[in-house]
Amino acid sequence: MLPELQQAILDLNARYAQTIDDGRLEDWPAFFTETARYVVTTAENFERGLPLGIIYATSRAMLRDRVRSLREANVYEAQRYRHIVGLPLIELGAEGTARATTSFLVVRVMHTGETSMFACGCYRDHIVNDASDGALRFAERIVVLDSRQVDTLLALPL
Amino acid sequence: MNFSRSGRQWPVEGNTRVPYWVYSDGEIYAQEQERIFRGPSWSFLCLEAELAKPNSWRTSSLGEMPVVVARDDGGELRAFENRCAHRGALLCLKDRGEDRKIVCVYHNWTYDLQGNLTGIAFRRGLGGQGGLPEDCRPETQAPRKLRVATLAGLVFGTLSATAPPLETYLGDAIIQRIRRVMRAPIRVLGTYSQIVPSNWKLYLENVKDTYHASLLHTFFTTFRLARLTQKGALIINDSGGGHASLTMAADSGGREYEQAGMRTAQEGLKLEAPELLQSVDEFGDGCGVQIVAVFPSFVLQQIRNSLAVRRIVPQGAGRTELIWTAFGFADDSPQMTEMRLRQANLIGPAGYVSMEDGAAPGFVQRAALAAPELLSVVEMGGSGISSSESKVSEAAVRGMWHAWREQMGI
Repeated sequence: MLPELQQAILDLNARYAQTIDDGRLEDWPAFFTETARYVVTTAENFERGLPLGIIYATSRAMLRDRVRSLREANVYEAQRYRHIVGLPLIELGAEGTARATTSFLVVRVMHTGETSMFACGCYRDHIVNDASDGALRFAERIVVLDSRQVDTLLALPL
Repeated sequence: MNFSRSGRQWPVEGNTRVPYWVYSDGEIYAQEQERIFRGPSWSFLCLEAELAKPNSWRTSSLGEMPVVVARDDGGELRAFENRCAHRGALLCLKDRGEDRKIVCVYHNWTYDLQGNLTGIAFRRGLGGQGGLPEDCRPETQAPRKLRVATLAGLVFGTLSATAPPLETYLGDAIIQRIRRVMRAPIRVLGTYSQIVPSNWKLYLENVKDTYHASLLHTFFTTFRLARLTQKGALIINDSGGGHASLTMAADSGGREYEQAGMRTAQEGLKLEAPELLQSVDEFGDGCGVQIVAVFPSFVLQQIRNSLAVRRIVPQGAGRTELIWTAFGFADDSPQMTEMRLRQANLIGPAGYVSMEDGAAPGFVQRAALAAPELLSVVEMGGSGISSSESKVSEAAVRGMWHAWREQMGI
């Protein structure tokens, strides 16, 4: 394993989590390539090969739409997340791409102060050097939730 | 004036007023389990497609009562209580399985897939000692068997011997709306569940409330998926418990919502990736949204090409699990499947529409908890519970209360 690549993926994951946890949702789509897939699903669907997503996006434009909708359209109570992201298990692919599997845990804090263990699971990522500017980005991030249950609603991305 | 066993009394106004204690009273909640879910109502159990093979089973429930639904070795659908005759342990601990028999893990008592007790470990004891006495008949405590009925691939069950046949319970008009969607063998696309932080009735009311959809959901209004100005219909069956709401896809382009300053009409909101809403008129009738809900636990949804069933599972007076199963048809092309998966962004806990339905019932639950004796106003469209063209109406909600009061005797 190239230590530089490992370091770069650690850094990518850390910046990704911090961006969401800081509420900078407008910066979130930039972690993905223009044609990226971002799917939130359950371990049950994933293991049974069922394609349904809780969120199912097939382009960065769809992620920008989601942010715009969360900001301007949807009704949900004020909340924030705290991501705890584990160490990525990395497999090198062709031409500088990598596959990584990384555990995460998300604590949700409501405006009332109510704090709950909201989600845990793993990111199954395909990470590439984006040809447009050479930055590392997700060509695919499948968020596999260990539980099939989501409490109330999933507004902010995971 | 009607009194319940708990002394609760329904308001004199009838179905246009709902007292808030119905959402939080523990005694009412326990009575609902007995009189509705284990009483003469039909509950949705699962899709037939989930039990495609003989000798397969899956778990489900009648309200809080755990249930096993099985296809036996003769290919017949069966349903029975998920409870061992011996000490009452759950028989099936997983969501689904395939086997010719079910064995209780606790003491190895064995059942066939019709729910019959077929084997008792060491029934005659060992070495002439122990075991059950000759005259002991544990079969008398066997899991209760449900009546099972299917309609167009949907499996329903009831414990009641007196409930009318499923077709009568649903009524012809609702059956027609169900068959319209369940038109061919289906393919399950996936499942997930959403915990709604409210009483189960607040969720079912939300589904039956045709008045709220375009006033709560910006996506419905802004993108003209379902405005009250779009043609459609509200169909309610005789019992009041079953309804179908239809919204035609065609929209006049009228500016009624914009002129009235409705929050949900946002002319500035545009999609950068409009393929999310790309759809086809697959049923060939121009109906863009059809929601069917059958008291007490079933929802069938068609929002454009996003098709799903939702099973409502009460988990205490203030908590409900909503189990979603999205599907397409076995003969869908890959492009059609992809379209359904994209449109599924509208539904479920992260759905642009449905996330708000996960939250709104909880807003009522939290506020109404402190006002058990006060009344909610359900009078849009008058006091009736009959079908109408207008959806500026709470008739389907009143219909639900009519059915609820009938079964509860309140």
